[in-house]
Amino acid sequence: MAKVLVVADHDKGALKKITLNTITLARQIVAAQGGSFDVCVLGSGVGAVAQAVAGYGAAAVHVADHADLAHPIAAPWAKVIADLARATGATVVCMAAGSTGKDILPRVAVRLQAGMASDVVEVVQTAAGLGYRRPMWAGNLMGDVVVDTPVQVVSVRASAFDAAEAAGPSPIVPFPADPQLTGARARFVSLDGVTSSRPDLAEAATVVAGGRGLKDRFAQITEPLADVLGAAIGASRAAVDDGFAPNDFQIGQTGKVVAPQLYFAIAISGAVQHLAGMKNSKVIVAINKNADEPIFKVADYGLVADAFAVVPELVSKIKALRA
Amino acid sequence: MKILVSAKRVSDPNARLAISSDGRWIEGDVEYVMNYFCENAIECALQLAEEHGDIETIALGIGDADETARFVRQGALARGIDRGIVVEADEQSTDSDLIARVYAAVVARESPDVVLIGKQAVDGDSNQVGQLLAEYLGWPQATFASKVEIADGELIVTREVDGGLETLAVSTPCVVTADLRLNEPRFAPLAGIMKAKKKPLDSLTLDDLDLGDAAPKVRVVQMAAPSGRKAGALVKDVDELIARLRGEARVI
Repeated sequence: MAKVLVVADHDKGALKKITLNTITLARQIVAAQGGSFDVCVLGSGVGAVAQAVAGYGAAAVHVADHADLAHPIAAPWAKVIADLARATGATVVCMAAGSTGKDILPRVAVRLQAGMASDVVEVVQTAAGLGYRRPMWAGNLMGDVVVDTPVQVVSVRASAFDAAEAAGPSPIVPFPADPQLTGARARFVSLDGVTSSRPDLAEAATVVAGGRGLKDRFAQITEPLADVLGAAIGASRAAVDDGFAPNDFQIGQTGKVVAPQLYFAIAISGAVQHLAGMKNSKVIVAINKNADEPIFKVADYGLVADAFAVVPELVSKIKALRA
Repeated sequence: MKILVSAKRVSDPNARLAISSDGRWIEGDVEYVMNYFCENAIECALQLAEEHGDIETIALGIGDADETARFVRQGALARGIDRGIVVEADEQSTDSDLIARVYAAVVARESPDVVLIGKQAVDGDSNQVGQLLAEYLGWPQATFASKVEIADGELIVTREVDGGLETLAVSTPCVVTADLRLNEPRFAPLAGIMKAKKKPLDSLTLDDLDLGDAAPKVRVVQMAAPSGRKAGALVKDVDELIARLRGEARVI
């Protein structure tokens, strides 16, 4: 029997949708092994987050509300998550493989003497029991791994799982969190965040991504198309490295991994590293003036053309259709 | 101050990879490169040493004894790292947890103030070792660093996170994991390559480190190529693109 503990992701007082994708993995484990799943919410003043996640069929939503948990600093968060895992008898602890989950979960694993599978895209049955499928070598190979410890820790590639549908209500249970640690510390100083009215890159149904070729006209080309499609904006590593787009736009094996319904790759060559971050998108459109670029090998629709000319044309014609 | 940096040899993810006959690892004519993120960690250690002086830098490589020694010399010592440590281990039968325990054992011997590790190895792509190590040691961590400064007994680290750039102040000793935009790794100068031959390089085995249980917690049981994606069609102009996105694909 499984007892899965899902750690909720939230930001600015709102539940992040990647939590619902992670709940889907929890449900799959429960479907395979029986048992149930719980959700936990850590933070300071997170009552609304707990309410938001209490409608997805969890046996309980545990709330660890403490001033010292206001920012997701890895060591105290890991301590509280591990304490919660012990208190609930968790056999699997999982969280989305966003920057928070990647940062914190390995520390949870050490505390629970657990093995950890990173960036899991599928729950699989192997000859050695329940296993996890995960990309390796920048997604050029898929590995099925088994975790040989009584407790397992899993970070979840959210884009590989559908968001959980609403289900029965869950009781909200306060957890007496003790995030105090002795010794050396990490202290939050600041967050240089990008405020945007656009959807979150990891959650958007449409993504408009630009490459280095757009140069200092990156925003000028990508923003109008993103506006007309209600899309998030992404970028190749090269465009970010050269300063044409901020770091949190980066899509790729070492950046964000996305799988939207519609992905526009504009002036992106399609390096292996970038493809690893977007090739599971449902429909891929590539616009590039060089017909030999590898992006055309994965694109459903390719347009060999100068992005500076055709993207504005695309924007005005979509606008005209909707007028 | 003493900084321990990672120097991991990886099989090039951009090269052609063949799965071994038992389905559990890769085989054949594999090309190896220094893990990209370790190059950033090494460069960061060198820049901190150049800026502040009085910092000893040590590179740690884990893997096949001879090949790892060659990578530590060429990729770390030749660039300017002071000395190296190689721990012999079979890469296929290690997991992130065992690597972190090797690091912890080396930390116990060397007592560094900072461990600088690449945020992930681009073969296994697990992104775990730095965080595991920090917890084994009870140290704070700053992962995915894009900027590292030393100030008054703590490090000020800017991190690449999903919502932008986060800055943490981390007291030492601590673990920092390096992201790609931390710096532009230098090439080893010719003189450095000559000097590296004379720099100290210790060789250890897992037995020397007294790890107790050296069993991995996570095993790869089967590898496969990902399901491929077929190239679609080229469209002649914007009008055809819009027509097909509306008609066939029904996405706009």
